[in-house]
Amino acid sequence: MVGLVVVSHSATAAEGIAEVAGEMGGDTRIEPVGGDGQGGFGTVADGIEDALDEADSGDGVVVLVDLGSAVMNAEVAIETSDVKAVIADAPVLEGAVNAAVAATSSKATVESVREQAEAARGVEKL
Amino acid sequence: MSDQGEAVVAAVAAVADRLEAERSYLTDLDSAIGDADHGGNMARGWAAAAEAVADMADPEPGDVVKTAGKTLLSEVGGASGPLYGGSLVFASPELADGLTAETAVAFAETYLEKVQDRGDARIGDKTMVDALVPAVHTFKKSVEVDEMTPVEGLSKAVAAAERGVDFTVPIRASKGRASYLGWRSVGHQDPGATSTLYIMEELLGVARERLDVTEPLPDDAESPTVPDGEVTED
Repeated sequence: MVGLVVVSHSATAAEGIAEVAGEMGGDTRIEPVGGDGQGGFGTVADGIEDALDEADSGDGVVVLVDLGSAVMNAEVAIETSDVKAVIADAPVLEGAVNAAVAATSSKATVESVREQAEAARGVEKL
Repeated sequence: MSDQGEAVVAAVAAVADRLEAERSYLTDLDSAIGDADHGGNMARGWAAAAEAVADMADPEPGDVVKTAGKTLLSEVGGASGPLYGGSLVFASPELADGLTAETAVAFAETYLEKVQDRGDARIGDKTMVDALVPAVHTFKKSVEVDEMTPVEGLSKAVAAAERGVDFTVPIRASKGRASYLGWRSVGHQDPGATSTLYIMEELLGVARERLDVTEPLPDDAESPTVPDGEVTED
């Protein structure tokens, strides 16, 4: 099963988003990671790499990110990790919900889950 | 420990001291247009890097740079971790044969390439790239075309970085956290360009004191390759 990692500058935000996505995601593994590792806001590549390991069950991981440095740190973590992982270019919460649903399909792949996450870019709210 | 390895360890320590001294100033700059963490992040990360490299047994320049970069990557957080630390790690193999005019230029170019690749920023976006691009291009030209010693070239590069920092003041940010502010970013000096300048100033100080890389490129070295349009007169 494809796993998910949710990266936010705030650990609380990452956990909350993982909770919301988990409501729809059945058995999908969703790992939240956030904060600078010192109790402040930020993202750190090491923490993301650990989350990739936690989320992976062999079929790879799709990573959802919030702002700026989350992208760069996720890229570094993916480069140094052995887990097959990709970043979805999607809004972090809507993308995580879409991805969690997509991951429940028996035919889900990292690519199909990323595609569904990125489909959240076009969601209109009004 | 090789003299060069020792010099690079000293350079990391000098950068750590400087960034600790500039901690509040960098934080002030970052609180104007960012999230006010640059001073603290850089001071903390480089202090950890200085500690890590001081503990190395028989370090060579490339290993010291790699260790410093890895430490920054895990300690700095934010965008500065990957940009400063990740780029040091990526460029460190260029110093595998020690510090020479050629390896120093190759290192600088690879570092710049990684920063630009990772951050996707160009000149004029109001980022560290505004200091780094003129500095690296000036260094390369000074060493390869004007046949200066690497230390003289580094001194020219520091002057170019300083002009790059000044250039960040009047422009509007289009990358990084500051870009969310739009026109409100105008009139503020970029913290990343500023810390990049401080790092280079400390490298120059240590190089002047401790490095015997005073020879220009030997005559039998490959003729300098200057990509068209890349190196400009400053």
